[in-house]
Amino acid sequence: MPYEPTAAEAAESAPTLPTDRRSGCPFDPPAELTALADRPLRRLRYADGHVGWLATGHAAARAVLADPRFSSRYELMHSPIPMAGLEEGLPPAQTGDIIGLDAPEHTRYRRLLTGRFTVRRMRQLTERVQELTAECLDAMEQAGPTADLVTAFAQPVPALMICELLGVPYAERERFQSRVATLFDQTADEQAKGEAYTGLLLYVRELVVAKRAEPTDDLLSDLTTTDLTDEELAGIGGVLLAAGLDTTANMLALGTYALLSNPDQLDALRADPGLAGQAVEELLRYLSVADPIPRAALEDVEVAGVLVKAGETVTVSVQAADRDPDKFPDPDRLDLHRSATGHLAFGHGAHQCLGQQLARVEMTVAFPALFARFPTLRLAVPPEEVPLRDRANIYGVISLPVTWEQEEVAP
Amino acid sequence: MSAPQDSLRLHVDRDRCAGAGMCALTAPEVFDQDDEEGLVLLRQPTPRPEHQAAARLAAGLCPAGAITVNSPDATAS
Ligand code: HEM
Ligand code: SF4
Repeated sequence: MPYEPTAAEAAESAPTLPTDRRSGCPFDPPAELTALADRPLRRLRYADGHVGWLATGHAAARAVLADPRFSSRYELMHSPIPMAGLEEGLPPAQTGDIIGLDAPEHTRYRRLLTGRFTVRRMRQLTERVQELTAECLDAMEQAGPTADLVTAFAQPVPALMICELLGVPYAERERFQSRVATLFDQTADEQAKGEAYTGLLLYVRELVVAKRAEPTDDLLSDLTTTDLTDEELAGIGGVLLAAGLDTTANMLALGTYALLSNPDQLDALRADPGLAGQAVEELLRYLSVADPIPRAALEDVEVAGVLVKAGETVTVSVQAADRDPDKFPDPDRLDLHRSATGHLAFGHGAHQCLGQQLARVEMTVAFPALFARFPTLRLAVPPEEVPLRDRANIYGVISLPVTWEQEEVAP
Repeated sequence: MSAPQDSLRLHVDRDRCAGAGMCALTAPEVFDQDDEEGLVLLRQPTPRPEHQAAARLAAGLCPAGAITVNSPDATAS
């Protein structure tokens, strides 16, 4: 029989979502969250008092994300963390925001985009990613022998690439970079986020109008030949730009921090650059930076022997699911030789990351290139002083001060 | 023990496909994606023995449940 406590019982005992990692290893989920992972699905109390669910088991998380009876529409969801200015509930997705839509609206947008992000197309970009990576490493080396790895490397490599793909001038980044940062900042209030989003949309819309008049060889120009309106195009372009700027960048910086903190693993990668593809999957699993993923039940659904009622929100903890010992033995160990296949770092189901093949190419090129260029790379501050992005939708580090031995230039 | 895997037969449902590319990444000899919509294309409906393990893995990874595997020993792993 499904386990089903009475509403009053559940409300009384339900925990809230733990988010504080300061006490433990910066790469591990909060200890309080791991403590809640003894059951695959359990009651969770939301910021507005709603009593919904928390999924921490891998199979349960996967089941929720794969099931179209769980909606992605923001306006149906409760937030597990308090959000300033959103006491009235979340607003629905703005035009073109593919992440917050269900089929068939979601399918329509997604089908226009997936052909542009196939495995083959993204692999064709490998050489270009190598060039951009080398350029960033050149600049970093010249300015060395110290750097903030975030601004010198982790951010520019994916930013240059997504700008080139979309046809957004990288030189104009002051018009979008800080706005994207505000969107992902959980401490920013709703008004600041609204202004940042509006600013971003206005900027992309300007680009779209220009490209409609004078197409160039890029994704935004190509999309102007579809039946999408300028408003839809601005929304889609804004989401792609934001997702392209602030996801891989966090994986690169936090991943470097994790590798520098696990020298045996870094040595394994240095010894065998062919390990890069597998290493990237394991870093994705181990760090699971895009977390958590929320869903709202459209009808009653049984998951892991528990009845989730229509209207209830389920918070899928990707970090917990990717550390499920039933799926990944010895889950808290970073082990580049393991098979991390099946991790949920890119989500699962109809919304599974559209940019995942691009992110894979970027990381598979960038990590080995960084460690080949700077064989003596190390942290320039004590590890516990690295500032963490623990109040952002995508986890990572705020900065990563690094240093290296400069090669003596022969006279 | 060797199972009669020669008869492994794959089916893909392009209506369900989310174009995420897990299949083409996992078993490139068996799956591809079209250039227009990025939806799954089946290169080998009855994969050769050396590609069968990857094909099964891809079916299990597909985020949209768009790949089905039919074989007499479908329950064996
Ligand atoms: C390592 C880097 C990345 C990680 C960890 C990541 C993670 C994710 C996750 C977990 C989702 C699913 C969200 C949900 O189900 O609600 C997602 C969706 C998405 N990602 Fe990524 N992502 C990454 C890189 C990128 C890049 C580089 C792009 C740029 C094109 C991108 C574009 C998108 C888009 C457009 C969606 C929405 C897809 C949809 O709703 O159908 N991502 N990503
Ligand atoms: S893995 Fe599934 S959803 Fe992704 S392209 Fe292949 S069939 Fe489509």
